[in-house]
Amino acid sequence: MWIYEKKLQYPVKVSQCNPMLAKFLVEQYGGADGELAAALRYLNQRYTIPDKVIGLLTDIGTEEFAHLEMIATMIYKLTKDATPEQMKQAGLGDHYAVHDKALHYHDASGVPWTAAYIQAKGDPIADLYEDIAAEEKARATYQWLIDMSDDPDINDSLRFLREREIVHSLRFREAVEILKEEQGKKQFY
Amino acid sequence: MQNFTPRKFYHPYVSPFDPCPPMTVKSYETPPHLYMTFQPYGLPQFSPQEALCAGTLWPALYDPYYSPYKKHERQDDQ
Repeated sequence: MWIYEKKLQYPVKVSQCNPMLAKFLVEQYGGADGELAAALRYLNQRYTIPDKVIGLLTDIGTEEFAHLEMIATMIYKLTKDATPEQMKQAGLGDHYAVHDKALHYHDASGVPWTAAYIQAKGDPIADLYEDIAAEEKARATYQWLIDMSDDPDINDSLRFLREREIVHSLRFREAVEILKEEQGKKQFY
Repeated sequence: MQNFTPRKFYHPYVSPFDPCPPMTVKSYETPPHLYMTFQPYGLPQFSPQEALCAGTLWPALYDPYYSPYKKHERQDDQ
């Protein structure tokens, strides 16, 4: 059961009409390390993870949907007033041919999202290590997107999303420490 | 942790036969959470308003990314 708040987690402002940036941003929408993959990965793994860290996966998985919504808003704003000609010039001609301006779950190269991107191994350590890796990969993707984007308002929102990847990664690392059950114990070697 | 920077640098090998002008210095990010493993209790906190903008409640985890290819960007933003 979820409760929906009809607002974005962080404001999304777009200062320039730039459909090509939308083409790159879609990587975080339907790409292998995108927000959809993250949300579905965590909200699925949580059924077979020890009780102590179920809540963490629920909370982070839920937040990923809030991030997905921010990315969707960016893509929508960047493309909504683009002409078919502008879409073509931005490299979005093949997208336009299939989807018009509609969003779809695919990566920056148009490869559709697949469950093969995510894993649920049933082994808590294996799953949490995958989650840490996923957060670091998403963080890196945000870095490269900021490198390529000249839109200061978009970059501000992307910087926020990258910061959340950092926090999530740390929380997953803490979950591993909790499951190791050595936290706060005196260490003898 | 004096002189700490979340961006590390290295100098890759430059071949005399490289087709493009060489980038003599390359960099990569090492954000603060890598050094924490388990966040200690009682770290200083942002105000709620600041935290909502920063994306974290703790200055120790705050590490905004600015492109190393766009030197002007960080100054423009602050």
